[in-house]
Amino acid sequence: MKVSLNWLREYIDINLPLADLADRLTMAGIEVSGMPVTGGNLGNIVVGQIVAINPHPNADRLTLVTIDLGTEQSTVVCGAPNLRLGDKVAFAHVDAQLIDPRSGQVCRLKPAKIRGVTSSGMACSEKELGISDSHEGIMILSEEAPVGTSLADYLGDTVLDLEVTPNRPDCLSVIGIAREIAALTGQSLHLAEISYKASTSPIDSQISVEIVDPDLCPRYCASLVTGIKVAESPQWLQQRLLNCGMRPINNIVDVTNYVMLEYGQPLHAFDYHRIRGKKIVVRRATAGEVIVSLDWVKRTLDENMLVIADEERAVAIAGVMGGANSEVTESATTLLLESANFNPASIHRTGSLLRLPSEACMRFERGIRPELTIPALKRATHLILQLAGGKAAKGLADVYPGKRDSEPILLSTEMVERVLGVEFGFDQIVSVLSSLGFDCKPSASVSEVRVTAPYWRSDIQQAVDLVEEVARIIGYDKIPATMLSQQLPRQNPDPIINLKRQVRYSLIGYGFDEIVTYSLTSSDMLNKLLTEPRPLEPVPLRMANPMTAEQEYLRTNLRANLLDALASNRRHEDGNIRLFELGKVYLPRPNDLPSEPEVLCGVLSGSRLERSWQGGYDSFDFYEAKGVVEGLLSQVDVEASFEKGGDESLHPVKQATIIVDGNRVGVVGELHPKVSPAFDISETVYLFEIDLSSLLPFTIGHKMFQPILRFPTIVRDIALIVDTGVTHQQVSNIISSFPLVKQVSIFDAYVGEPIPPGKKSLAYRITFQSPTHTMTDDEVSKVQQKTLSKLSSELGAMPRS
Amino acid sequence: MLKQLEELKLKVLRELEEVSEIKELESWRVRYLGKKSELTRILRSLATLPLEQRKTIGALANEVRADLESSLKQKRQTLREAQVVIQTKEEQFDTTLPGRPLPIGHLHPITQTLYEICDIFISMGFQVVEGPEVEWDYYNFESLNIPKEHPARDTMSTLWVDSKAESNERCMLLRTHTTSMQLRVMEKTPPPLRVIIPGKVYRYEASDATHTPMFHQIDGLVVDKGITMADLKGTLYEVVRRFFGEDRKVRFRCDYFPFVEPGAEMAIECSVCSGNGCRLCGNSGWIEILGAGMTHPQVLQRAGLDPEVYSGFAFGMGVDRIPMLRYWIDNIRLFYNSDLRFLRQF
Repeated sequence: MKVSLNWLREYIDINLPLADLADRLTMAGIEVSGMPVTGGNLGNIVVGQIVAINPHPNADRLTLVTIDLGTEQSTVVCGAPNLRLGDKVAFAHVDAQLIDPRSGQVCRLKPAKIRGVTSSGMACSEKELGISDSHEGIMILSEEAPVGTSLADYLGDTVLDLEVTPNRPDCLSVIGIAREIAALTGQSLHLAEISYKASTSPIDSQISVEIVDPDLCPRYCASLVTGIKVAESPQWLQQRLLNCGMRPINNIVDVTNYVMLEYGQPLHAFDYHRIRGKKIVVRRATAGEVIVSLDWVKRTLDENMLVIADEERAVAIAGVMGGANSEVTESATTLLLESANFNPASIHRTGSLLRLPSEACMRFERGIRPELTIPALKRATHLILQLAGGKAAKGLADVYPGKRDSEPILLSTEMVERVLGVEFGFDQIVSVLSSLGFDCKPSASVSEVRVTAPYWRSDIQQAVDLVEEVARIIGYDKIPATMLSQQLPRQNPDPIINLKRQVRYSLIGYGFDEIVTYSLTSSDMLNKLLTEPRPLEPVPLRMANPMTAEQEYLRTNLRANLLDALASNRRHEDGNIRLFELGKVYLPRPNDLPSEPEVLCGVLSGSRLERSWQGGYDSFDFYEAKGVVEGLLSQVDVEASFEKGGDESLHPVKQATIIVDGNRVGVVGELHPKVSPAFDISETVYLFEIDLSSLLPFTIGHKMFQPILRFPTIVRDIALIVDTGVTHQQVSNIISSFPLVKQVSIFDAYVGEPIPPGKKSLAYRITFQSPTHTMTDDEVSKVQQKTLSKLSSELGAMPRS
Repeated sequence: MLKQLEELKLKVLRELEEVSEIKELESWRVRYLGKKSELTRILRSLATLPLEQRKTIGALANEVRADLESSLKQKRQTLREAQVVIQTKEEQFDTTLPGRPLPIGHLHPITQTLYEICDIFISMGFQVVEGPEVEWDYYNFESLNIPKEHPARDTMSTLWVDSKAESNERCMLLRTHTTSMQLRVMEKTPPPLRVIIPGKVYRYEASDATHTPMFHQIDGLVVDKGITMADLKGTLYEVVRRFFGEDRKVRFRCDYFPFVEPGAEMAIECSVCSGNGCRLCGNSGWIEILGAGMTHPQVLQRAGLDPEVYSGFAFGMGVDRIPMLRYWIDNIRLFYNSDLRFLRQF
């Protein structure tokens, strides 16, 4: 919210430097995010008066205007249509900084020769001055504007840009901010009682107010002014509104806006003669009721929206926007001025459903107090009488079904200390609260005070609210910084947190780069993983209000995003790419939140190592990816087996399911060649995926120490010829089944000449060791022989000669 | 025979003198000290000699043997040293050639930041807790004093999951802050509590240089007897001191969040302009890093805790901004674009 400093000064003396004021307000909870000076760019511009208008000798549409500047006169060429003798205008000298109305850029005014006539200076439009977007004609200043005064002095002001928190609707007003400043600086507020002369004709005889739905309208007040003249507002009022970011419309609307900015109470003016039946009815709309709002848009309402109606029809959407059917136009002569209080939630709902956020809405939905209606109404009525003439009816209409008295709250010095951790004196606490307008009465205990919040504060419900008031006015910088002194609570960390950390560090050790991608994705992206069109399984959760189609669904896997990231990096990265992501996937469950398992997914493509001067440029293969999985599993002490997999997105043969203790925990394999084109991938990609949440239980267990055997090991190599269908696993299982075999490792696997077709050669290094004695060559040879014959009988393996 | 031994010694030592390669030493040894060498033969033949001769010749032969052995040892040493001199002096070796490349991976900068911050809190006795990202309205809003139509909901534009409760109202959402875990933690674990909650959060917001629909937060919650705002301030100041350094100026001011009272906001001095005001800090000289406050009595009550007995503090900070400030990253979207040219810098 923008607050004019000049305006504030009408209510409070400000004796401290602006920067300090901004700092105090910010520390106390109202952040000053900027203090632009309006008129800051108005140098070299002065108030002038048109004293002569003559035709341009060489152009029909241009005129020569002579402007009195007090000490001198200047004649300039002007093309504006709204020149009148005697008007006060803003005159820019050469070198003034103006806004170019076409480009919107700031530029310096240069002397110009226009159709043969030299023109040094110009009369400016609002747009050129940077005051508004209006460029239809030159800006006409008020008659009172003193000729020769610099425009910066005449129009200039400092505007405080304030970030008012939602709990403080009272601070969405000049007076509210003045109150804060008063409490912070010890100054007192200049707030005069408003009175005006009313006619003898009582308001009650001219309008009746009925509140049908008091739950949505705790109070409705109105005044009536007859014989007004709708016109433009005076310059000072227009300028204030502009400085605070509002557009001047006419004196009536401007006054309602002005008083809203000043008091924080939204007001609405009706053309009294367009209200039928001399009656205001505040009621819920009927379902489907239609009203054309002030902006000439047809609005369809529902039965939870509140309207202001006359005898026959709705004339306004309460607190949100007036109706076109009762708008104050230039012909209006009698005014019904509404100052009412509405239910915050209802206004919020209506405003957001109709997409009509407004300054009024913002104040109502934050919960301004019903007590505010009368002072604001008086102020507005008074201003309208001043600016638009007319007579006010006697009295005010005031229906107030929602009257509630503020309950006093007990506050003790102990309470303040218990919350803040610092002691403030009783007198200091009382003085702070009093400076904010709180009523402080003694209570039974000497360290306790009975506090009643002033009518404008809607945010004070309990003692802690008062503690905050005390703290923020004294200053949060007066609160000491202490370390927690309580006993340390017990720690029961979730083991998945540690597992995730361990896996991440292992993977970066293996050369993987971590990526973090959006959890929201598109159905297109998820569909890319399918080899043939069919519904997605599991069906991903859909957003009710997605930002874009690209972010409509919650991901059910990580691999789609990883493959996408791989493809996009490949455009600029020709070396090896190893990527992983560790994050949640979201799997729907009926009538419940989805399950959110933590999944690890990695992809590899390109060469194993960067090309180096020492060579080493072989490509990744299935076994590289499997090696990563085996490495990870061994680091978390899990033994897994790899079985034939059936993952649709992976190569039908080059893939394996990772099984731990009979449970499927993941998959490793080559990306299906049918899937890669969908991701714009033209190289072979290897992928692994491990559900860490499923793996977790197997990582928690007792490791058992294995004694180091002191007897020597004996190593033998064997080479076998087997059918190509025989797997390494089968061979290795048989060899390992002999108790004296300590270790089996395969060191060669070969297919091709001279091995006959349908066969392959496998070579193993077997390490023998006995826990009880030193083995002899003979002993080893015997075991080796038995091994070979078992391999031969069970797998048809023949020793390779 | 004595003379023969003397001559043999001289000849053999002369030959040793001429040996210039370590590998030749072995053949010299085999020739003159080996099983089939002349010396061995002489020593073997001693048995056939008369006792007197055996004594003198035997003594000499042993002396010769010892001489040869020590000469061999010395020669080996000399040759080795010479070799070392050659190896270390004369060989050409380019140490500027690059080492064999090992694959080097990188943790995502957000992960690094999360771990760094969590570790500071862990060292202060906090426990890391994680929770669901898809959440009920109740935990994200209602339980935190943000009922329907509360204006605070407008500041956290929500992504709703397409599922409706029996009341036909939307009730499932993507959490807009990690504060959604506060009540869950309090419901599950009785005080004393000292937890931090890192995680992803979501907002209905268009992406630009400073906004993404998904980002990261860390929330903190402490509940115990006698927790004060001074403790909150002390805890946060200590974390900032450790993370941003001793000299970083800190501002602790009043702010509003519906689930705390009193509420606060903490800002640190802008690192780019040192507090003088620049584009990064919106000319304020300060960068807001977290919101905080004393847990609202109603929130404690909702968790079944008596606010007369227990008090607590809570805070929540945006994580993404921190590496942005630290490394002067000017576009938050870089974190989620998976561009290795960016990620490999960290």
